[in-house]
Amino acid sequence: MFGILRTLWLTFLHMGHRRVTVGYPEHKPPLPPRYRGRIILSRDPDGMERCVACNLCAVACPVDCISLQKAEQDGRWYPDYFRINFSRCIFCGMCEEACPTYAIQLTPDFEMSEYLRPNLVYEKEDLLISGTGKYPDYSFFRVAGVKIPGKDKGEAEREAPPVDIHTLLP
Amino acid sequence: MATILIDGRACPARTDENLLQACLEAGADLPYFCWHPELGSVGACRQCAIKQFSGPDDKTGRIVMACMTQVTDGAILSIDDPQAREFRAGVVEWLMTNHPHDCPVCPEGGECHLQDMTVMTGHDSRRYRFAKRTHRNQDLGPFINHEMNRCIGCYRCVRFYRDYAGGEDLAAFAAHNDLYFGRHEDGALESAFSGNLVEICPTGVFTDKPFSAVYSRKWDMGGAPSVCAHCAVGCNTIVNARQGSVRRVINRYHEAVNRYFLCDRGRYGHGFTNAPTRPRAPILRQGGIPVPISMATALERFATMAKDGPIVGIGSTRASLESNFALRCLTGPDRFSTGLAQLEHDLTMQVPALLRATPARNPSLHDMESADAVLVLGEDVCVTAPRLSLALRQTLRRAAFPAADAAKVPHWMDAAVRMFGSDAPSPLMVLTPAATDLDPIAATAHRAAPDAIARLGFAVAHRLDGSAPDAPDLSETESRLADTIATALRTGRRPLIVAGLQYANAALIHAAANIATALHATGADAALSLVAPDCNSMGMALTGGIPLDAVRTMARTGHIGTLVVVENDLTRRLDTATLDELLAAVPHLVVIDHIATRLAERADLVLPAASFAESGGTLVSTEGRAQRFLPVITPTMPVQESWRWTQQFTRAATHADAPEWTNLDQIVATIAHDIPALSRIIDAAPDAGYRLDGRRLRSEPARISGRTAVRANISVHDRPLPQSPDTPLSPSMEGAYSPDTPGALVPFYHAPGWNSVQSLNRFQQEIGGPMRGGDAGARLLDDGIPAQAPEWHHDIPAPSTAAPDDLLLLPEPRLFGTEELSALSPPIAARVTPATLRLGTLPAGLQDGGMVSLTLAGERLTLPVRHDPALPPGIALCPPHLAARAFTAPVRVQLHRDDTP
Repeated sequence: MFGILRTLWLTFLHMGHRRVTVGYPEHKPPLPPRYRGRIILSRDPDGMERCVACNLCAVACPVDCISLQKAEQDGRWYPDYFRINFSRCIFCGMCEEACPTYAIQLTPDFEMSEYLRPNLVYEKEDLLISGTGKYPDYSFFRVAGVKIPGKDKGEAEREAPPVDIHTLLP
Repeated sequence: MATILIDGRACPARTDENLLQACLEAGADLPYFCWHPELGSVGACRQCAIKQFSGPDDKTGRIVMACMTQVTDGAILSIDDPQAREFRAGVVEWLMTNHPHDCPVCPEGGECHLQDMTVMTGHDSRRYRFAKRTHRNQDLGPFINHEMNRCIGCYRCVRFYRDYAGGEDLAAFAAHNDLYFGRHEDGALESAFSGNLVEICPTGVFTDKPFSAVYSRKWDMGGAPSVCAHCAVGCNTIVNARQGSVRRVINRYHEAVNRYFLCDRGRYGHGFTNAPTRPRAPILRQGGIPVPISMATALERFATMAKDGPIVGIGSTRASLESNFALRCLTGPDRFSTGLAQLEHDLTMQVPALLRATPARNPSLHDMESADAVLVLGEDVCVTAPRLSLALRQTLRRAAFPAADAAKVPHWMDAAVRMFGSDAPSPLMVLTPAATDLDPIAATAHRAAPDAIARLGFAVAHRLDGSAPDAPDLSETESRLADTIATALRTGRRPLIVAGLQYANAALIHAAANIATALHATGADAALSLVAPDCNSMGMALTGGIPLDAVRTMARTGHIGTLVVVENDLTRRLDTATLDELLAAVPHLVVIDHIATRLAERADLVLPAASFAESGGTLVSTEGRAQRFLPVITPTMPVQESWRWTQQFTRAATHADAPEWTNLDQIVATIAHDIPALSRIIDAAPDAGYRLDGRRLRSEPARISGRTAVRANISVHDRPLPQSPDTPLSPSMEGAYSPDTPGALVPFYHAPGWNSVQSLNRFQQEIGGPMRGGDAGARLLDDGIPAQAPEWHHDIPAPSTAAPDDLLLLPEPRLFGTEELSALSPPIAARVTPATLRLGTLPAGLQDGGMVSLTLAGERLTLPVRHDPALPPGIALCPPHLAARAFTAPVRVQLHRDDTP
């Protein structure tokens, strides 16, 4: 008897509290930038694809919902196709953590429901955005010692010019 | 056997090995770079430092390089010692100072020895903040990518390429921190073994270029044990595939055969499996127009054709035993042809009998490496069996071992042992019509026509054993040469004779057999190796059949209703006129093949067969070792194994007593039962019922990625895995995997902490020894009962009486381009050079590079001439199949100056 009265009293007290439930979709709560929602592929500051098709996101994915194929153009690696099956994705963010180039990023957008599962399969053209996402300055190829168009050997960060192999001088 | 203490744990070790080997065999994780089981130790990288204590009372100990220190009984070691750990961490940090931060775009990533060793030593962040040394790369041809920034200077590449494989165009340049490994200028690496640099290099300096174009990480590819189909040596390989396409072929260790290395033809020759021209559906040719039809219709059509008369089958020396045998069941043994023309047929058929009857050993490849006197009789093994030539190269080192033993230098002390052997290598004698790649290291290299070589061979046999027939009328030079060779062979305790079928000359292999018999009679442990032309020539020889000429006779007399050709392009065997005549006399031609051939263009019915990557089967190598290859891809219907097509034909055509094979093991059992010579092929590999720890073996690494996305563009629904009844490997990541996997079933090499191919160490009983799960294959020819008294061959050719202008044209097989399947692989095709006619003496008025015409194998050809002064008079060379498609055996030709502009 006392228990019933107590719960009634507690419920009555809640009438004065501030509401936690928001009236979604009319009212959208603010989400932090590091919220783990829809996955995108970003571009580097020069506007080139950041993804180098290293496959680390795919192997880090606990539900194996990322698949891609490497292609190459003048020393730059890029994905020939890049597919995320969002009907499997658990938005754990491990792909973002594994990415050595900040290419794959999770965004604060979660509104991606579909009536048909095949519509949840995102290809590269659905994933690739035109900006740099959360990391505005990083460019993998400026750091890595591979030659790409516009950046010769020895022109990456902290690199000496290529050595002359015909000399034995110190 | 000694016992050593590693961190307080007593481990058995052999006294002839070094501490690094002993630690690895004991299962310890000790990082290393420059040591390689086949290349020995040079102590260049300083990575394998451990602490050795002089006794139980010694608490200080001293740092030693494990790879440079011999095992002593009771040695007390510590890998975990803090000082040793710090030393190793320091070394790897130095090695990494210039590393270019490009692992994500490095094809070695995920199977990189440097990655493994860096993780093993615990080096995880860079403290070096200065400028990195950089290098420019070279274009090393269609096989190898070069990225010198990744180099750690372990010297493994040049030690393999120059010291082990005898290549000359890769060297170390510059000095100290600027050390550079490359060619003197851009260009394709010339060695036939350049592809091994990919596996030898512990980092990503040398990577596989064709693989990079269809790249996939090691953890993403399924693998299956396979056997190379590009020559008769039978090297063991692992085929990697992803998404239904073959990505690459890598070496699979077999203690007695290929061990750690493959040739480039084997590594890069698999491109034909992914060719867009491959037949993928049954094709019916109606009035010259090809129409794709269903499987059921194809079988109905065949049943109709079968009513028009007897079925005759033509098998192939490049098809598996199973494919040939199923065809033999369809046609009956009397109507089954080996697919070889008379001369080749006769020679191929007598090779197993010859090997059995000769009292000398029939050596495996590894066995050959321990020969101490070698005679190569009329076979350019560098192109017909490249891996075998690499084994012959190693025989030169034998002479150094006694000297090294006397000086108490262990054999793994590579540089020192090579110094001992440099002045007096073991004799290698090469008698061939044209120069070979072995000549520069040969003690004797003699150029002569095949018949003259055979005569020399008989003369050598006579000098070794007086009862052997002598070759009459030898010239004085020849006689002296025969004396020299006989003397050199007599010095060997384990002499080896190598001959083959390259020049289709029976006298050559008979002379080789005579020499081996004579050597055996002298008490030496002699060995005889005969090189067969194709990957399953020996299997065909043991299966038996009728030659193509007999098929032609049957056709001419109207005894063929339907001709079924399995995996054989007859346009490479018969010249145009002969083939036209044969096909005109045959009402129906059915071709089953996995490549688009010129013969298939003329067939009434073409059926798509499964390639080696999609089917299981057995091949018999030139030493008579039956070896199984297993499917890595499940073929999508209507592509299926040739033997399944033929089995369905039998059912469609006869409706009765058709063989009831539902899997590979059943047909293997039938073959073993029906053909006594092949009874042991059952032992070639465990059957499909094999279970490890009660489970099937998995063919995919545990961390394969993208399973729920890779097909999602087609369907988001899961589908059941296609299970092949022919293999014990399950096509998924689920199943058993352990270092105890039988050698015949290893789908990939991996051990915890060891992602690179170096994890192989964990799969061996001892380093460089047999596999822990047992070696693959079953030798078939070891049951010979040689006669008590030596039986001599007497078919000594007469001295040449050819007119000076009479020219004998010999086939000149090439490493790249003349082998049928590999020639269809794009990287190999990029290395094929156009056919030329090599002549010793140019006809008057003709310049080097001038054009001549000749009629060859029914074709009128115009070829550029290349002057080769080393060739003996009256000999010309032309690559088979390249210029004239059906040219395979020596033929006499007349040359005409081609005056047309």
